[in-house]
Amino acid sequence: MKIALGPLLYYWSRQETLDFYAQIAQSPADIVYLGETVCSRRHELRADDWLEVAAMLKAAGKEAVLSAQSLIESESDLKALRRIVAQDEFRVEANDMSAVQLLSKAGRRDWIAGPTLNIFNPQTLSMLAEAGATRWMAPPEMSGAVLAELLASGAPAIETEVLAWGRLPLAHSARCFTARHFNLQKDTCEFRCLGMKDGLVLRTREGEPFLTLNGVQTQSARVHNLLGDLPQLRDTAQVLRVSPQGDDTVRVLELFRDAIAGKLSPQDAFGQSKALMVEAPCNGFWHGRPGVEQYVSA
Amino acid sequence: MTSNTKIELVCPAGSLPALKTAVDHGADCVYLGFKDATNARNFTGLNFDAKAMTEGVRYAHDRKRKVLVALNTYPQAGNWSGWTAAVDRAADLGIDAIIVADPGLMAYAQKKHPQLRLHLSVQGSATTYEAINFYAERFGVQRAVLPRVLSLPQVQHVIANTQVEIEVFGFGGLCVMVEGRCALSAYATGESPNCNGACSPGKHVRWEQTPKGMETRLNGILIDRFDDGERAGYPTLCKGRFDVNGETYYAIEEPTSLNTLELLPDLARAGVRAIKIEGRQRSPAYVAQVTRVWREAIDRVMRDADSFAVQPAWIAELDKVSEGRSHTLGAYYRPWK
Repeated sequence: MKIALGPLLYYWSRQETLDFYAQIAQSPADIVYLGETVCSRRHELRADDWLEVAAMLKAAGKEAVLSAQSLIESESDLKALRRIVAQDEFRVEANDMSAVQLLSKAGRRDWIAGPTLNIFNPQTLSMLAEAGATRWMAPPEMSGAVLAELLASGAPAIETEVLAWGRLPLAHSARCFTARHFNLQKDTCEFRCLGMKDGLVLRTREGEPFLTLNGVQTQSARVHNLLGDLPQLRDTAQVLRVSPQGDDTVRVLELFRDAIAGKLSPQDAFGQSKALMVEAPCNGFWHGRPGVEQYVSA
Repeated sequence: MTSNTKIELVCPAGSLPALKTAVDHGADCVYLGFKDATNARNFTGLNFDAKAMTEGVRYAHDRKRKVLVALNTYPQAGNWSGWTAAVDRAADLGIDAIIVADPGLMAYAQKKHPQLRLHLSVQGSATTYEAINFYAERFGVQRAVLPRVLSLPQVQHVIANTQVEIEVFGFGGLCVMVEGRCALSAYATGESPNCNGACSPGKHVRWEQTPKGMETRLNGILIDRFDDGERAGYPTLCKGRFDVNGETYYAIEEPTSLNTLELLPDLARAGVRAIKIEGRQRSPAYVAQVTRVWREAIDRVMRDADSFAVQPAWIAELDKVSEGRSHTLGAYYRPWK
């Protein structure tokens, strides 16, 4: 079982980002997804910078993957995508059918079908495998049971990845909710999301943390945490994804390594992880329940 | 493309009376769904059984109008046959196109019913011509419905770069998130537009008068609270008031409807082939009002786009049936973003 670090979804300063990936080079992550997937206005790191980070991680023995943007609106977004597809040193994660179209037309046979492609059945997965995908990530809202059923129903033999840690990516919009919070328009947003290391928490009027505003992306406030569900994950996933957070990401990766290796029981790993979460845990999606729930099987 | 390209008016039908009303008031096409999770308006008391659909198809076809069937949720391994059976049923009824989001289901339809016209649902989240051309090349999709995230110039750019007919939303409830990529309802209630055909479903809603005001909850989560003088709206979770950094406001979007009447000449010049009216969950009275206004507006634009002017009476009529009695251009208008 491999551990992947998902793309950084928040907008950190150039130096914080470079320092973060320098630490990741020494971490137990086997696979590192890189690049700006949320908002095309973010530019602390440019395309060439991401390629340099990828090369550094590759030299450290990691599989570096370039993740493409999830919501593609403009010709300049497509231009950035074409550039990612044109390089052939690193694999690419397709997060929109635009990327699938470009990758398959370019004859790439090594790409990853990302979590926003809405792969809910083996027929769709087979089509993407025929188009060149060699790994796919289940939609975060998919339960373990539905995933197991998909895999047992004639799915192609490609690697399956599951989101196992991090605030859930729940939605993308054309609108920037961080800019809206500051009464700004997206085009003149003053990059107010810069430096919000874990995004901006949205609470109910009772003060309950509910969602996280991260520019045009909306995440859960709670941290999706499947450390306690490792036994069932082993049957379905070859790759577990950890989503980067403001602090302690390396510690989280280490917990996963120890739990996968059997040095820690799933229960102990989950117990230790409580100190590393920015908010209460949840795992409802994996159990076919509302994602916000923390479900403990009897 | 010129403004002479005919724009079809595509109207919602949640029931047989709504279908007849849409046809009678000038819809070119009606779209509808079966009474199950195969479509994105899977609400109690809504939609068509086989008998109603047969009658609806006859009613529309007798009057030379088209019937489009929405099969736009994502089937899973365990319920796959329910979706393929729905495709077969729709094809057997002689409908004019199915509106589909799932690539696996498109492949099935293409193979089993090669003559059946495929429309890419807004739930397919295709926002670029590259994505749309992917569906066209692989599955022969002939029309795509654009998510409500593109500005007007972006819509024009898509149309200029694809042979696929483009349909856009003209009026109705506004999804703020990219359609097909929103799991907010799933997060709060376990039911999602993608898999269950429902957003913020009624069975999870609770209205409660409290000393602090009328509270609306979704699966126990407080979505909004209304003072005595305020009109309490349905707790669609992206349209509630929340607290961010100590400030309470509509953090995602206000309760409002999309209305693009004033963009109609631009959409016509861009070569938009169809305008979709949202609202299969709304009453026949809503369908009548909205269809009448849009029929008149589209006819005027088709006659002469340059002299088109939005009539104040149209806006007044539409605002009466709008969410929160207000309207917006949404993402078509860049500053909204």
